[in-house]
Amino acid sequence: MTNDRIDRRFAALKAENRAGFVTYIMAGDPDAATTLSVLKGLPGAGADLIELGFPFSDPMAEGPTIQRAAQRGLRSGMTLQGTLDLVAAFRQGDNDTPIILMGYLNPVLNRGFEAFAAAAATAGVDGLIIVDCPPEEADPLSDALEAEGIALIRLAAPTTDDKRLPMVIRRTSGFVYYVSVAGVTGVKSADPANVALAVTRLRNASGLPVAVGFGIRTPEQAAAVARVADAAVVGSALVDEIEAAAQLNENVTEKVLLKASELAKAVRSARLEMA
Amino acid sequence: MNAIIPNQYAMPDAEGRFGPYGGRFVAETLMPLVHELNAAYEAAKADPTFQAELDGFLTDYVGRPSPMYLAERLTAYYGAADIWFKRDELNHTGAHKINNCMGQILLAMRMGKTRIIAETGAGQHGVATATVCARFGLKCIVYMGATDVERQSPNVFRMKLLGAEVVPVTAGRATLKDAMNEAMRDWVTNVEDTYYLIGTAAGPHPYPVMVRDFQSVIGIEARAQILEMEGRLPDAVVACIGGGSNAIGLFHPFLADEGVRLIGVEAAGHGVSTDKHAASLTGGRPGVLHGNRTYLLQDDDGQIIDAHSISAGLDYPGIGPEHSFLHEIGRAEYVSTTDQEALDAFMLCSQLEGIIPALEPAHALARVGDIARELGKDKIVVMNLCGRGDKDIFTVAEALGRKI
Repeated sequence: MTNDRIDRRFAALKAENRAGFVTYIMAGDPDAATTLSVLKGLPGAGADLIELGFPFSDPMAEGPTIQRAAQRGLRSGMTLQGTLDLVAAFRQGDNDTPIILMGYLNPVLNRGFEAFAAAAATAGVDGLIIVDCPPEEADPLSDALEAEGIALIRLAAPTTDDKRLPMVIRRTSGFVYYVSVAGVTGVKSADPANVALAVTRLRNASGLPVAVGFGIRTPEQAAAVARVADAAVVGSALVDEIEAAAQLNENVTEKVLLKASELAKAVRSARLEMA
Repeated sequence: MNAIIPNQYAMPDAEGRFGPYGGRFVAETLMPLVHELNAAYEAAKADPTFQAELDGFLTDYVGRPSPMYLAERLTAYYGAADIWFKRDELNHTGAHKINNCMGQILLAMRMGKTRIIAETGAGQHGVATATVCARFGLKCIVYMGATDVERQSPNVFRMKLLGAEVVPVTAGRATLKDAMNEAMRDWVTNVEDTYYLIGTAAGPHPYPVMVRDFQSVIGIEARAQILEMEGRLPDAVVACIGGGSNAIGLFHPFLADEGVRLIGVEAAGHGVSTDKHAASLTGGRPGVLHGNRTYLLQDDDGQIIDAHSISAGLDYPGIGPEHSFLHEIGRAEYVSTTDQEALDAFMLCSQLEGIIPALEPAHALARVGDIARELGKDKIVVMNLCGRGDKDIFTVAEALGRKI
């Protein structure tokens, strides 16, 4: 069984000649019920694909914003299985929006690759991004995911040279995720000129759509990336909204969906302004 | 399990794996750097001028070889096997950590790196890193858990005197694991000019093999010294284990000597049956953290559990991958020592031998008596006294309820 929600979504985006808007939030931040209500609202707010983080105690590639989100997720009792349960609940009302889980290898390894892949497929997961599983170490995980029709989305970085590129895109499907800055999430800003070059290079090498993330916080930055990439990923800026709203006892879902709408609008209109 | 083929020790393989352990589990941004480091290390290892330069600094700056010393009063106290100390606490900076730092700083300079980052727990690796950075004029940033900054204040001051910037890390439980996370985050952000000088035999390949090789000077010297002084190999060699760099440095040159027992001592904190210990092999199971697959303290969801030890240098929820491998094939034995037993051994060594040991080797020392008795008279046990205890006097005073 091949799951083609990701392929269908990128084909539709291409037909509309616009980039996709990808949102990242952390499961269980600040609690499971809020995450589910945000998830349910995101497609309506303009999210074309959803990345859902599952928390890990030692998120080595994250900046302070996502680190704190992981801590809040863990404190609320979120687990890898709890994250799958959220996806299953979301799928009851939405069978089209692709969901990509994102996190670190140890919780998945702990579950067992085959057992995880089967449970993820049942829940309705379309893809998986594992930050600390480079292609050199990925074959056992790829085997398990491919058997269940789940894409292992590969990360390419500014440091990924031409020699490495073929290995990085080997056995990848769905799309390629370009980490647009050398650094942790949510701190540095991406340079649009460099992003354009990297996207072209990755698209040519892989034949897959290229999503860009790690350095996009504002509608302007999202629009700049949306002009050249197949999708723009925003994480820390949304998670900051969640944190601020939770601290002020405001309606978290409302605040984060409002922020998502602003960013979605910028992404959706980016190429119109160009023309 | 016990039938060991000698070439089993020709580890790791090209992917940095010791059996199923080790590997390179880091973000893509770091992978090219990890490959570059491996190539640079392989080239340096094969270059006689690099080795000669390193040997020169180890002799004249570090003060190697460190002595091999028969601890007569401790031997008499237990009344069993002869207890020998490999005196790595007499190295410049007071611990074995400088052996590795000297090797890696020469490599960093060969690679043209100008900014050195490191993590530290007890502060010994931080001090050793700050020392070699001062010696060679390189910028030095040391990440240290805020909890450790508190309990190892003499070493924090020492690092600052040496010109290093000490960055307290408040994430997590603010100890060694969190300092290592923060150092990785720095590395991924500063890929051009920065060299990450890891202090233990863990992390992505080639760190476990590189740190082992630089620390193997301990075991190479110990083997030659005991052969010269006693005319035979020891019956057992013993070392404490946090990440396991001093232990692997002592063990590795003895791996092929099947008659020599290799015994690693983990930190049992309040006891391995409690939730406050740092014994990854005794109380953990395999997983992936900090770039390598190895034994880790973790919960049912694969979240890493905070370690606990009175010794900041052992307060780490993982262990170097080669130890996981040696544990699994049964070539090395791993036991543990509680906080209280380590304190008792600390006092015993101070009062019987006139040597104030660091709390880290005090953990090894606490098991040496058992091992000596188990071996019996006319046998030889060698323990690596890998650090001196000056840095620990405040911690010990507090544990004893005394004011300094």
